[in-house]
Amino acid sequence: MSELKELIQNKLSKESFSGNGSLKALSQKGLELFNEQGIPTVKHEEWKYTRISAALNKNFSYAEGATAITAKEVEEFRLPGYEAANELVFVNGIYHAELSNIRSSADELVILPLSEAVKGEYKSIVDSNLGHSAGYHKDGINALNNAFAYQGLFISVKKNKSVEHPLYCYYINDARTVNVLSQPRTLIHVAANAEVKVVEEEVTIGTSDSFINKISEIVVEDNAQVHLYKIQNEDSHSSCVKTTHVRQIGVSKVNSVTITLNGGVIRNNLNFILEAPGCESNMYGLYCVKGSTHVDNHTIVDNKMPNSLSNELYKGIIDENATAVFNGKIFVRKDAQKTNAYQSNKNILLSDTATVNTKPQLEIFADDVKCSHGCTIGRLDDEALFYLQSRGIGDKAAKALLLHAFAIEILEKIELEPIRQYVDQIISERLDFEI
Amino acid sequence: MSEMLNTLEQTALSEYKYGWVTDIEADEAPPGLNEDIVRFISAKKNEPEWMLEWRLKAYRHWLKMSEPEWANVKYPKVDYNAIKYYSAPKQKKTLNSLDEVDPELRATFEKLGISLDEQKRLSNVAVDAVIDSVSIATTFKKELAELGIIFCSMSEAVQEHPELIKKWLGSVVPMTDNYFSALNSAVFSDGSFCYIPKGVKSPMELSTYFRINAENTGQFERTLIVAEEGSFVSYLEGCTAPMRDENQLHAAVVEIVALDNAEVKYSTVQNWYPGDKEGKGGIYNFVTKRGICAGVNSKISWTQVETGSAVTWKYPSVILKGDNSQGEFYSVAVTNNHQQADTGTKMMHIGKNTRSRIVSKGISAGFSQNSYRGLVQVGKNAVNARNFSQCDSLLLGDKCGAHTFPYIEVKNSTAQVEHEATTSKIGEDQIFYCNQRGLDTETAVALIINGFAKEVMNQLPMEFAVEAQKLLAISLEGSVG
Repeated sequence: MSELKELIQNKLSKESFSGNGSLKALSQKGLELFNEQGIPTVKHEEWKYTRISAALNKNFSYAEGATAITAKEVEEFRLPGYEAANELVFVNGIYHAELSNIRSSADELVILPLSEAVKGEYKSIVDSNLGHSAGYHKDGINALNNAFAYQGLFISVKKNKSVEHPLYCYYINDARTVNVLSQPRTLIHVAANAEVKVVEEEVTIGTSDSFINKISEIVVEDNAQVHLYKIQNEDSHSSCVKTTHVRQIGVSKVNSVTITLNGGVIRNNLNFILEAPGCESNMYGLYCVKGSTHVDNHTIVDNKMPNSLSNELYKGIIDENATAVFNGKIFVRKDAQKTNAYQSNKNILLSDTATVNTKPQLEIFADDVKCSHGCTIGRLDDEALFYLQSRGIGDKAAKALLLHAFAIEILEKIELEPIRQYVDQIISERLDFEI
Repeated sequence: MSEMLNTLEQTALSEYKYGWVTDIEADEAPPGLNEDIVRFISAKKNEPEWMLEWRLKAYRHWLKMSEPEWANVKYPKVDYNAIKYYSAPKQKKTLNSLDEVDPELRATFEKLGISLDEQKRLSNVAVDAVIDSVSIATTFKKELAELGIIFCSMSEAVQEHPELIKKWLGSVVPMTDNYFSALNSAVFSDGSFCYIPKGVKSPMELSTYFRINAENTGQFERTLIVAEEGSFVSYLEGCTAPMRDENQLHAAVVEIVALDNAEVKYSTVQNWYPGDKEGKGGIYNFVTKRGICAGVNSKISWTQVETGSAVTWKYPSVILKGDNSQGEFYSVAVTNNHQQADTGTKMMHIGKNTRSRIVSKGISAGFSQNSYRGLVQVGKNAVNARNFSQCDSLLLGDKCGAHTFPYIEVKNSTAQVEHEATTSKIGEDQIFYCNQRGLDTETAVALIINGFAKEVMNQLPMEFAVEAQKLLAISLEGSVG
């Protein structure tokens, strides 16, 4: 770890870095906090069920910058529908402009390194939003990414623009020769009346261990609409901690769908901070995991102003030795009267070696609210199975049908047809279900 | 309903009606905690050597522990050296019958509404009264003894049934379990012991009444209930304390063992002094309650109505070890003014076909904070485990908070676990409906709250249910504007 600290320190002390104001301060503070906190252990309440240190103690290399990845290699993991998408490629945590493919014009979409954005016309946006997530995650993992914030990327969607081409972000770790730990960082600014769809996927090339510790902060202004889709389908030697921090500072609508299919230890932090009255936030998740995959979804909805609506539905199908963790927090602050907040977590366990740990959590300080949460853990309904069997559908097919129906409720929330079909196909194959 | 109204009117004048102090001479230990105090308490109780050793072991372990801070409550730290760990009402000699109890003391209990005489004759409830941690009198002993039921104070049990105490004390809540249980194990001064022999169904409800009387004392009582094969007992616990400006500590331990086919029903109405309107004074209620369904088909049921205490920190739990065993937890927790409650349950499913049910209703008013914290754990071998949990919170006012922290951990695919929670306030339409039919707003609120808590109230034995209903109304008095 000392090697890592040296690396950051060197970068921060470089002359070219002076004048980076808030960015430099964040990196420096992140480094200090990381020194102090280290990697969180299971004694940390937020990490009670996820032993992240085991996935991180693997002699990672912190090699900066791009390695020899060719456009041809990128070709292999492109998501369907890429022909009409803006493709953003991050290699070992750093944005790679040559491999990326931006189709939208500059009056719709601006992409800049954070170190430049912090100086120019976007200074005030960066200053007031970068690092906001640190107030919600005070552990060493978050601090570590903050320390690397200087290599982050700034994306701005211009006012009154509906971006036609969705943003496909690929986070590539090149683990062909060494174990790679990468720290991608983005700040996405969606101006008033704008609309954008963002799809994120992590990719590991090679068979060494890979770890992505990512923070993505999103600021949404008045009447803007944002759709966030995450697809997580990696090998067991690839782990990640992904923090997505959404601030709705204007009356806006944000939808998020997180699909987890495979991986090592996967931790998703999803925060929605509702800072304007009348916001709408929808969070959906599906984890369909087996093997020894460990998936952990931590969500926070922080209602700060009145009349907001938040809706959360996470579903899980857990097989073999997989573990699923869900922790959903809903805060309703004193001024957030007339808040409606719903949360539901449903799990189906398919084997006796699979584990589910779930903790839905409500913290409410306002009295005129409607909040509810529910969670279930169980197996397939015997009666439903019997019904299908009595109509001549075999046991296996009946189970596949029911599980697919269970999953489809989440898949339907993906409003990007090629992506929805792509995920549906993977899940159908997994469940032996024929569409 | 009319009774509720009366109660509301009455209590508009009085604040905490159990807030008086009885002038009874007390036999006390000096404040402070060290090995000598532990020895002093043990000597006072005339305890055998093994008991003293047990206490000292707990004390030494306690020294190594630190006070837990994970609960969602804030309070000034307790100075464990300022507390008197032993305060016994002075008595000249051992009593032979109830009639010899200090008349002053009996008047105390009459004020509490548990006249020992009355109880004895009329209501068919056997009472063990504990004042400042020492058991004063146990009624109905003879009648119970005829059935083989042992119901006596803990100190008596240590003397007379050492084999039972040795076997079961600390078997459910080990002395090293947590900070407060270790403290209790070291300094507990009395409590109740109840043993129901094989196949006996207790014909009456057994009851303990706790009261903290003396100043600067802490109350550390210990209850142990052992239900042998095929037995049944319903046990009640109630508590009050005088109004004092400083905070007092109550750290009790309750252990329940249910063997094959046995059933234990434990009901509590907790009404310790909650402190005044500004949050000054009041009892810290840090209690460890746990039962084990050790045998097949056994059942343990906790019902609690929590209205008192400045700070509550309490999780009555059930370990479902025997196959087909059942655990239940019904709770109403009311917090008003500056009260804080962090309460809930743990259901640990270990045996096959185990079932548990959790119904928790939280009502917060004033500046209070009310948290539900629960754990449902289904182990690898707990085939066909079934749990249903429901946590509802009602907020009265915009300065209070309601929190839910349910932990659910499942390791078996045949388990069925459901949890649901809601938070809401009393609907304006509901109030309007009542107003329309001639009920004023305060009565309407009382009515709606009673309906909200009914599912839990129905679990309480008759006499308790009436008292609990009154308490609900009293606790929330003045919180509706």
